[in-house]
Amino acid sequence: MANKLISEIPLPKSIANVFSARNISTAKDALTLTEFELMELLDVGLTEVRSALSQISEIVAPPYQTALSLMEQRLQNEHLGGHFPTGLKGLDAALCGGIPFGVLTELVGPAGIGKTQFCLKLSLLASLPRNYGGLDGRVIYIDVESKFSSRRLLEIGLRSFPEIFQMKEMAQEMAGRILVLRPTSLAEFTQSLEQIKVSLLQKQVKMLVIDSMAALVSGEHEQGARRQQTLSWHISFIKSLAEFSRIPVVVTNQVRSRNHDDASRYSFQVQSRDGAIGTTMQYDSHLVAALGIQWAHAVTTRLVLEAKSGERFIKVAKSPISPPLAFPFHITSSGISLLSDDGKEVMGPEINAIHCQGHNEIINFGMEGLH
Amino acid sequence: MEIWRLPISASQRGKLISAGYTSLSSLSSISSSDLARELNVSESEAMNILKVASHSRGSETSNASCSIVEVLDTFQWWAGAQSAWDMLHDEESLMHITTSSADLDNILGGGIHCKEVTEIGGVPGIGKTQLGIQIAVNVQIPNDFGGLGGKAIYIDTEGSFMVERAFQIAEACIEDMSEYNRFLRKDFQECKIKMQPQDILENIFYFRICSYTEQIALINYLDKFLSEHKDVKVIVVDSVTFHFRQDFDDMALRTRVLSGMALKLMNLAKRFSLAVVLLNQVTTKHTEASFQLALALGDSWSHTCTNRIVLYWNGNERYAYIDKSPSLRSASAAYSVTARGIRNSSSSCKRIKMM
Repeated sequence: MANKLISEIPLPKSIANVFSARNISTAKDALTLTEFELMELLDVGLTEVRSALSQISEIVAPPYQTALSLMEQRLQNEHLGGHFPTGLKGLDAALCGGIPFGVLTELVGPAGIGKTQFCLKLSLLASLPRNYGGLDGRVIYIDVESKFSSRRLLEIGLRSFPEIFQMKEMAQEMAGRILVLRPTSLAEFTQSLEQIKVSLLQKQVKMLVIDSMAALVSGEHEQGARRQQTLSWHISFIKSLAEFSRIPVVVTNQVRSRNHDDASRYSFQVQSRDGAIGTTMQYDSHLVAALGIQWAHAVTTRLVLEAKSGERFIKVAKSPISPPLAFPFHITSSGISLLSDDGKEVMGPEINAIHCQGHNEIINFGMEGLH
Repeated sequence: MEIWRLPISASQRGKLISAGYTSLSSLSSISSSDLARELNVSESEAMNILKVASHSRGSETSNASCSIVEVLDTFQWWAGAQSAWDMLHDEESLMHITTSSADLDNILGGGIHCKEVTEIGGVPGIGKTQLGIQIAVNVQIPNDFGGLGGKAIYIDTEGSFMVERAFQIAEACIEDMSEYNRFLRKDFQECKIKMQPQDILENIFYFRICSYTEQIALINYLDKFLSEHKDVKVIVVDSVTFHFRQDFDDMALRTRVLSGMALKLMNLAKRFSLAVVLLNQVTTKHTEASFQLALALGDSWSHTCTNRIVLYWNGNERYAYIDKSPSLRSASAAYSVTARGIRNSSSSCKRIKMM
């Protein structure tokens, strides 16, 4: 609606002509100017400018919905009430049914903790028929780090859903639904995102996985503000993709060491304890998510995968519906699974900390599983 | 006052000046038909100029020094002006929207103020959206329970509004009200709560914004929307930052557009006596050789909001800090986000005992 042409808006003829004569052709052009700038530019009085602006605004402003109709609509039109079950019962319960449709869900954690394993399992699940808890549709998997393993995918399938994957043609169909893209640069990624938008509208794509977002930029740019800038277009684009196709979007993020320029306090907090700057609230972990705070604002749900004293945990670090819970998990030949469905509530900012201590074996199984 | 300050179009101003009208007083005793002839414009246009001129003259005279009585008289016809005494009276009768955390309400002087713009910022996951939803629900608490009994507008720029969560919070809010009812009134036959969570959701007008142009357009349009929906008592914008952070290259333009938007919101707050809550993201800022967190959108934006609340972690607890307010002293209070919504921090009573 923002690029709506002024000529399509039923303004009085005289003022519409002035707009077109001054080359103000879209609503965006008109609305980014102040009333007085417009008066200067168009050479008309304040009342005319005001009434023209209010007419343009009324047409460009999106219609409202009551929250109730929003809820009813979601319940009616959406399979599973807008949540995609991960198969991890405790986590699904905490997230009100699973990974939410229409928004970004982020997995962040150290290398080798099991992010890709989780993504593989999710893409497999999404491709399954509905009576097996799947979404019965295609999955687009953007594999930036070249970690996607179809062998591993089929193995997870065989172990978790033997009745489907033992039949060769079924296995072929399920695996055939997962489309893997391997962009090698940010430019290529941008291009494929635009293609994805088209295919989301045409095909039966039910989930988008990006593994990983951080790898895309870490190769190309220096750290800090510039990196954020390069991604900002992608952030809003992916968010709008999720929103309009109403599919779950899962994105992974790497970790990096905490820098000296990673602020964690406001100026008023520093003032109140001058002297002991930074020591009182020091995190015991030195890892932070690779993409910074602007990215963190953009994701709706953040799941932290971490290892602490030999045990692995998946933590709901940011979610509009779930309390801060931590679930112990392990990875077996059938993929990721929870050791306990009762989450432990985590107090305070600890939920955001990313620990990485002692997780040597990634997958607790012998290699005989692979044929 | 000079002619160039009149809110008329540039060509009209040019014609006035070239015809020799340079000050307002020169326009005071001329008829519209004479003016039309002299400027070579239509009669109605000339009438319009004179109307604007006499209006500006009106506001000018009231600025001039005159006796107290005259001043009081001028206040009567000078629309929009109010004496400090009247304002105090207004403020005392003003309602607040509770945040459902008594500690937080306490430092806010009763809750979120109507007729004011309040900005709330904090790191991801601290509970901004939760507080936004809570306020949109709490504004509907009926008058009998000390609420405003109004409706809410929720402007979602990020897609983070979760209708399931709004339902949970609404349910808990109704439960709390019936609890309160049982305590206060013995015969709860008389004032039984007929509200359902569905009713609360019905009264939240949800707008989903996808670009900053739409955001500006919507805020322009709200004027009309609010005159049709007079019972709206709060506008929540979640978040004011998102689109302005992504799509702008020209920072000067961004500042201009933002301050225009803030002014309009402030106007809406005053005219319809409703509360405006803007949620803001944080960014890192380099000051005094170290990096610190600061609310986004820059320094000139920070002037535009009346109240500014920063949410932050302190140890294991969430705190809210009043960073800026013309009437409240800066203070901080702990709160927590529970399954039922925003509540007092569970350990705050313990701490008081310890002290």
